Amino acid sequence: MSTVPRFWRHIPQRYNLVGTHCKNCDEYYFPPRTICPTCRREARMEDHKFGGEGKVVTYTTIYNATDDFKRQTPYNLAIIELAEGPRLTGQVICSPSDIEIGMRVRPVFRILGRDGDRGIIYYGTKFVPA
Amino acid sequence: MRSVSIIGAGCTKFGERWDDSLRDLVVETGIMALEDANVSGEEIDGLYVGNMSGGQFVSQEHIGALISDCAGLSRLHVPSTRVEAACASGGLALRQGVLAVASGYSDVVIAAGVEKMTDVTGGVAADALAAAADREWECFFGATFPALYAMIARLHIHRYGTTREQLAAVAVKNHQNGCNNPISQYQMEITIDDVLRSPLVADPLRVLDCSPITDGAAAVVLAPTEMARKFSDGPIRILAAAQASDTLALHDRRDITTLDATVSASRKAFDMSGIEVKDVDLAEVHDAFTIGEIVAIEDLGFVEKGEGGRAVIEGVTAIGGDIPVNTSGGLKACGHPVGATGIKQAYEMVLQLRGEAGKRQVEGAEVGLTHNVGGCGGTAIVHIMSR
Repeated sequence: MSTVPRFWRHIPQRYNLVGTHCKNCDEYYFPPRTICPTCRREARMEDHKFGGEGKVVTYTTIYNATDDFKRQTPYNLAIIELAEGPRLTGQVICSPSDIEIGMRVRPVFRILGRDGDRGIIYYGTKFVPA
Repeated sequence: MRSVSIIGAGCTKFGERWDDSLRDLVVETGIMALEDANVSGEEIDGLYVGNMSGGQFVSQEHIGALISDCAGLSRLHVPSTRVEAACASGGLALRQGVLAVASGYSDVVIAAGVEKMTDVTGGVAADALAAAADREWECFFGATFPALYAMIARLHIHRYGTTREQLAAVAVKNHQNGCNNPISQYQMEITIDDVLRSPLVADPLRVLDCSPITDGAAAVVLAPTEMARKFSDGPIRILAAAQASDTLALHDRRDITTLDATVSASRKAFDMSGIEVKDVDLAEVHDAFTIGEIVAIEDLGFVEKGEGGRAVIEGVTAIGGDIPVNTSGGLKACGHPVGATGIKQAYEMVLQLRGEAGKRQVEGAEVGLTHNVGGCGGTAIVHIMSR
């Protein structure tokens, strides 16, 4: 079981999709990067809050999950490209037969999981069809 | 830099080895490799062992010292190093061993790999394997390892018209090969229908698209080529040992259907060895999932991008085809004890290049390539070897 800080420190990113933007090359990053892989030492990073609208790049429906996610099966997992460009991995809440490549999605705030039976409940962003 | 050769190799039977611990497996394979190389303990200058997750699978870290101790080398105080790159840990151990010998720092080095995976339940094993992916930004949201490869497969199908049957054909071929390999975990043939009817794991991947949970260990003994004949009648020369990295998370890749780490490592390996793709007689590639083999043969340059599925179903990669792939049965049928896999690939190549692979022998095999992937492409390691 993990301690609270492991989850707490990521609240801005997981609740509000705060990533980073490099002012030097105008590239957006989510999850946030401290070092811009394009500019490296020339990078000038600032926080950026993403709107969360995006489209499905690829997806799967998971039938066999790790113990922590067993209760949620089957669930859709997708790589989503945000409007600003970066891609992230997240769940898409809809019937497995409804998800498709190119589908537009928007973010929703949801319970993501539980750290065992007595650990903390953690929250974050999932996606639904837009 | 000195030329390096494999002077001996050993590999345990792969499978659910309930009677044997991680230690037992290491000792079993170590004895085989050392006997094959005709090397004594006093001659060993160093030991590298690939192990992905002793910590999660058997609650044991400090695997380097453990292995040297179990191998009876503790009184000789042989330096022993555990290396980790998820499922590429074995390939990494081999490359580290090669670097140690090539540099002149060591003469005789053992490169081994081991994983004991069946001491935990399936869910715990799945979680340990998921640690090869990005824990905070993939697994945290429910990603599993098969799910990541399923997303590669989905896009490959969408973009290149790869079919479900073509994916299944990888498993069918590798099971056929596994039937002729005595160490293989599975010794039974399967049909395309069997694969398509097996339960879904992460759509479109099914149980028979996935490599199994396996216990096993493998070891090779390395020496400078100039000394190799002293130990072995059939040393195998390592012409290139290349390694590359890429983003940890799949979503950050330049192209989700290409493992750029494989492309980079194979280019370096071909440059280093002076070998061209067409000169390679056979390959062991990382088929942790059927889509993995299709993407691998494309990224290594054996077929054009997008043509991997067709090549497999047309028999291009079968024994007797243009480029036989995974004669051992691959990770799919031979089994995938993650830390041992990269060394098992080298073991298979040693047998093939010596002409000792029995019923699965590729006639006239002179140059072989091994390809080991960590995670879903965060690390790739390519070795080219010849007799």
